[in-house]
Amino acid sequence: MIEFLSQPWAWYVSGSLIALVMFLLLWAGGFFGVSTTLRTLCSIGGAGKAASFFNYDWKSQNWNLVFVLGAVIGGFIASKFLAANEALQISQATVSDLLALNIAFDGGLAPTELFNWESLLSLKGFLVLVVGGFLVGFGARWAGGCTSGHAISGLSNLQLPSLIAVIGFFIGGLTMTHLLFPLIF
Amino acid sequence: MKFLKYLFIGILFGIIMTKSEAISWYRIQEMFRFQSFHMYGIIGTALAFGLLIIQLIKRTQLKNTDGNVIEIADKQFSIARYLLGGIVFGLGWALSGACPGPMYTLVGNGFTVIIVVIASALLGTFAYGLLRDKLPG
Repeated sequence: MIEFLSQPWAWYVSGSLIALVMFLLLWAGGFFGVSTTLRTLCSIGGAGKAASFFNYDWKSQNWNLVFVLGAVIGGFIASKFLAANEALQISQATVSDLLALNIAFDGGLAPTELFNWESLLSLKGFLVLVVGGFLVGFGARWAGGCTSGHAISGLSNLQLPSLIAVIGFFIGGLTMTHLLFPLIF
Repeated sequence: MKFLKYLFIGILFGIIMTKSEAISWYRIQEMFRFQSFHMYGIIGTALAFGLLIIQLIKRTQLKNTDGNVIEIADKQFSIARYLLGGIVFGLGWALSGACPGPMYTLVGNGFTVIIVVIASALLGTFAYGLLRDKLPG
């Protein structure tokens, strides 16, 4: 069983299970929208004193913090007990494109040359970890949701705003990848 | 006890995110370079089943575990907010290779420096809260 689960999962297995997670959250009385936890955490940290946006009934959102705590634990379980002992099967074209930008494919989930503590002191590492994170947090709240809230929950509910947001996600992502990456890396 | 169910769903989510490789910086690059079907397959399948699930929930007036009919609020319409906010989000998604769900999951995977990414995302959320009234909504 463990061996079976430890193989890399096919996209249709993963996709179906993500829909199941959305259903379970709705059934439990919540919803599938991860970025709202960032707003909740700001409120808990006292951000309401600086901006009214953070003065709301954040205690009603505590369940979502428990959900993301579970995501941390799930990530730990999967990496410790369900890891496939093989390199990620990334497209060769992506490997070459990244190599041209001096980013080596090391077989892991993310390039360890960028995703480590020392890298924070380099310009590239700072951009990826700090600026990247900042843009995700700022953009998610401005757009009123992230991949889970818009691309999965919103589109599943046929929301036009979510379609506009997802188009925005791709305009931003394509701009970063194709226009800005050659300048940064 | 009330929170235990969310903890279990979260653990399931973290395992799925890891095994799907959707938390991989490389997979996000592959997606934005249109060099693999993997991420599109994941999102497409989730969406196909998601559409079915939402329709069934609405048509059967399904009740949640608290006994209340599940209600899914419509989003307020605007173009500027979703498009501009979405673009900012997309820039960050491609750069850091992680949206919020994967961020939390990556910490569990041992990428402790992602805590800095989450802290930066909190700062970004806070900055939005400060500037909210000045931004096109």
